[in-house]
Amino acid sequence: MLLRRLISSTRICAKYSTETKNAIATALYNLHVKEGGKMVNFAGYYLPVQYNDLSITNSHLHTRKNASLFDVSHMLQTEITGNHCVEFFEELCTADIAGMHNGAATLTVFTNDKGGILDDLIVTKVNDSHLYVVSNANRKEQDQKLIMNAFNKFKNLEMDSNINIRFYDPSERSLIALQGPKSAQVLQGITNVNLSELYFMHSTLANISDVDGCRITRCGYTGEDGFEISIPSRKVTDIVETLLKNDTVRLAGLGARDSLRLEAGLCLYGNDITEQTTPVEATLTWLIAKRRRGLGNFLGAQTILAQIKDGCQRKRVGLLLESGPPARHNAPIFNSEGNKQIGMVTSGCPGPSIGRNIAMGYVSTEFSKIGTNLKLKVREKMYDTIVTKMPFVKANYYNKPK
Amino acid sequence: MVIQRLIPRAAQLINNSITLKQTNSRNVILRLISTSQCHFADRYFTRKHEWVQIDGKIGIVGISDYAQSALGDVVFAQLPDVDSVLNQKDECGALESVKAASELYSPISGRVVAKNASVEETPSLINTSCYEKGWLFKIELTNNKELTELMNESQYKEFLKSDEHH
Repeated sequence: MLLRRLISSTRICAKYSTETKNAIATALYNLHVKEGGKMVNFAGYYLPVQYNDLSITNSHLHTRKNASLFDVSHMLQTEITGNHCVEFFEELCTADIAGMHNGAATLTVFTNDKGGILDDLIVTKVNDSHLYVVSNANRKEQDQKLIMNAFNKFKNLEMDSNINIRFYDPSERSLIALQGPKSAQVLQGITNVNLSELYFMHSTLANISDVDGCRITRCGYTGEDGFEISIPSRKVTDIVETLLKNDTVRLAGLGARDSLRLEAGLCLYGNDITEQTTPVEATLTWLIAKRRRGLGNFLGAQTILAQIKDGCQRKRVGLLLESGPPARHNAPIFNSEGNKQIGMVTSGCPGPSIGRNIAMGYVSTEFSKIGTNLKLKVREKMYDTIVTKMPFVKANYYNKPK
Repeated sequence: MVIQRLIPRAAQLINNSITLKQTNSRNVILRLISTSQCHFADRYFTRKHEWVQIDGKIGIVGISDYAQSALGDVVFAQLPDVDSVLNQKDECGALESVKAASELYSPISGRVVAKNASVEETPSLINTSCYEKGWLFKIELTNNKELTELMNESQYKEFLKSDEHH
């Protein structure tokens, strides 16, 4: 969830950076190179921006229509086991893990005492004594410190706790994302799990292509149906090669991942959410679970609960551009008269599926209503924009029937 | 268009030269060198991957094949307005692709006399034809000496092989 580094590095290096010094290779590195991946150093990992035979636009469109395979092994996979592990992990985030049933997953955030977001992550409740967590690569060190500090504190208070924390190295466990409307059909052919019963934000252990110990979670970062699959690294290349035998599956890189998630209205940590933004400002208030609001027992509760009650000064909004260039990270947002800056873009790019430029950013709350006309300044020129509901493209999740 | 016709001819000569060298035909080799100078000499490259092709007092500016490939699908081209006066290395526009924005720098000082409206209309021309239909703007040179600071095609090819361009 971190394309900013890529973009800022391209700016610094004039045209384009392929600097790959001091990066770590994922278990799929050789496969990426063989398949024509344009490798870059992304958050300390060699990852493909795109592949030679498919432009970012076409890769994006392919994902919305068929299925794409992304290597997301750079992300931090953590397993937390032991009694009280739910209680322990709730101290760090804002989710109601106790209230989740086994096998359910949710998006949540780590917060600090000011209500700022330290990272966003997906936590899966395998059962009461086992959690599986996926968090961002560019927050890996901070997340590990955060979890270990909390662990040491918790251990002192709960003498009978037998919590065990395991951070997986990409050499042990890989993570791939199979995304797009044809993902289920493709994956069903090689797994023993009945995917028609695995709904959005649910997770299960699986045998995939004769490999035991894989974990399939029906989730993703594209707005499409799809899966994130954790696989023992020594088997990941075999499984990816098996998936690629299917004509509907293409490899996709960081470029398409960014434009897909932006069309889906999903935040990129470091750009759209940071330590300086609260979940309420980020319009992620739904991440503060009802039970947790009542208890007020999470970091930054004072600020966050006050903002839920009284509102906040600024809000994250979606912006659709009428014409002109895409407005990128840090482009200033102006009122409709163009005489007063009222916010800043945090992410922006052309939206291949809608054929228009899109962005998200923070504006003063009074300008955050859907349909508000605003202006964006790009290289000293003003362009019309309109506050637009997100996601920009209708989400296509496999939800449990109500 | 003269240039276009010269390219296949020069290529042909280069191919021939391998055998001709063996026969030690000094004349042919000399002719080859002069032809290639004629062809390569008038397209110069910057370290930021713009090219400028000189036709009398006018320079035609575009971006290199390496740059268009690195940038990916160009979706928006912001070009300098006609009559703007630019110094060498001035930021004078930008090209936007799905993944990034890339500033455009003038390879040479002068006054802009034309911009390519077709590229503004169809930015993908930069990807499909970066040395011909995808030219960006034309500039009336004020200082020919600046050309010596730029690379010719073979120097540029060497530059791309080095790590410096990253």
